[in-house]
Amino acid sequence: MYSQFVDTGSDGQKGGQDASEQERAFQARIDEGISIEPKDWMPEKYRKTLVRQISQHAHSEIVGMLPEGNWITRAPSLRRKLILLAKVQDEAGHGLYLYSAAETLGASRDDLLDALHDGRAKYSSIFNYPTLTWADIGAIGWLVDGAAIMNQVPLCRCSYGPYARAMVRVCKEESFHQRQGYELLLEMVNGTEEQKAMAQDALNRWWWPSLMMFGPADGDSVHTQQSMAWKIKRHTNDELRQRFIDQTVPQAHYLGLSIPDPDLRWNEETGHYEIGEIDWDEFWNVVNGNGPCNRERLAARRTAYEDGAWVREAARAHAEKRQKRRAAA
Amino acid sequence: MSKDWPLWEVFIRSKHGLSHKHVGSIHATDAEMAMNNARDVYTRRNEGASIWVVPSVQIVSSAPGDKGMLFDPSEDKVYRHPTFYDVPSDVENM
Repeated sequence: MYSQFVDTGSDGQKGGQDASEQERAFQARIDEGISIEPKDWMPEKYRKTLVRQISQHAHSEIVGMLPEGNWITRAPSLRRKLILLAKVQDEAGHGLYLYSAAETLGASRDDLLDALHDGRAKYSSIFNYPTLTWADIGAIGWLVDGAAIMNQVPLCRCSYGPYARAMVRVCKEESFHQRQGYELLLEMVNGTEEQKAMAQDALNRWWWPSLMMFGPADGDSVHTQQSMAWKIKRHTNDELRQRFIDQTVPQAHYLGLSIPDPDLRWNEETGHYEIGEIDWDEFWNVVNGNGPCNRERLAARRTAYEDGAWVREAARAHAEKRQKRRAAA
Repeated sequence: MSKDWPLWEVFIRSKHGLSHKHVGSIHATDAEMAMNNARDVYTRRNEGASIWVVPSVQIVSSAPGDKGMLFDPSEDKVYRHPTFYDVPSDVENM
């Protein structure tokens, strides 16, 4: 998902025997559904895992502005330009809500950004794909934000209070993101043949990467069990992926577009769609830095940060100067 | 020393006449910038009628360990709640 592979620092769930008294009391609180707040005692692994998860999530929001920002100056109408500007501004806001949630755990904003810029921290694999046509903006809203919502709605009930509250705000704002994308594509499929073909091409390129957003298959996801026990993950990767597929396939049919998967079929008995094999080599390639745009995205983030350094320093110097003057007066 | 700008807590009062409510935090070098950033980050949907920003270091909060001392005493005072009192059901408007 927006945080696809969060290391919990352990291979599995820590059982009753090894856990300390404090850890057992902590787990009991979580089991009871009492939220954990910044000053409460928490196991160091819980804290570290959450910092990793929340910062990955924040980085994804921030890097996620790049593929869409690419089209702001080329939006086909003023209406679409306003919508896209508002959406990209929201992503910046979501990144900030999340960074501030991570800071309640004692992380410093600077350290989190350093980790992103020097490649130690991850962000969602989906943002390493290029936005080649205007239809991609529709596909991102519909599919990428759709997948994000699928993941984020359950996180509104996660065990860590500040993270859960940030998710509530994000989810409230996110539903327009998905709807504007679908509406954009709806307009295109009702347009000229070229426009319809462009919409189909966007779906062809974004479908599989969107499914990969949910992370590795459950069998390969070693940290899921611990994260679920801590309630910082509420459903497994495959559960969420399946829900997304079941919800999205009929939406594609409504658009008159076809899903780029020859093995896709409806299973009458289970009431679910079944898909072909996901190309996990592609997934791991993108995760490990070798997707189509990994280098470009990181370079853009670094440049933006470095180009802004003088502004940050000047603002600080200005504030210090004014404080000194006030003190002297 | 961290290069981070100081942290501020943000409180927003909505239009519906409720109290200011904590919504999150932001970084800013001074109060004016804190106000501007709070407005940009936390009121993009018409949420606010008023904003408070407070330097995070100025907030004094109770410690989780003091929870018992602070809040237990109110737990056994059921007579502070209206449901403690028996009023016959045919007495109206009470």
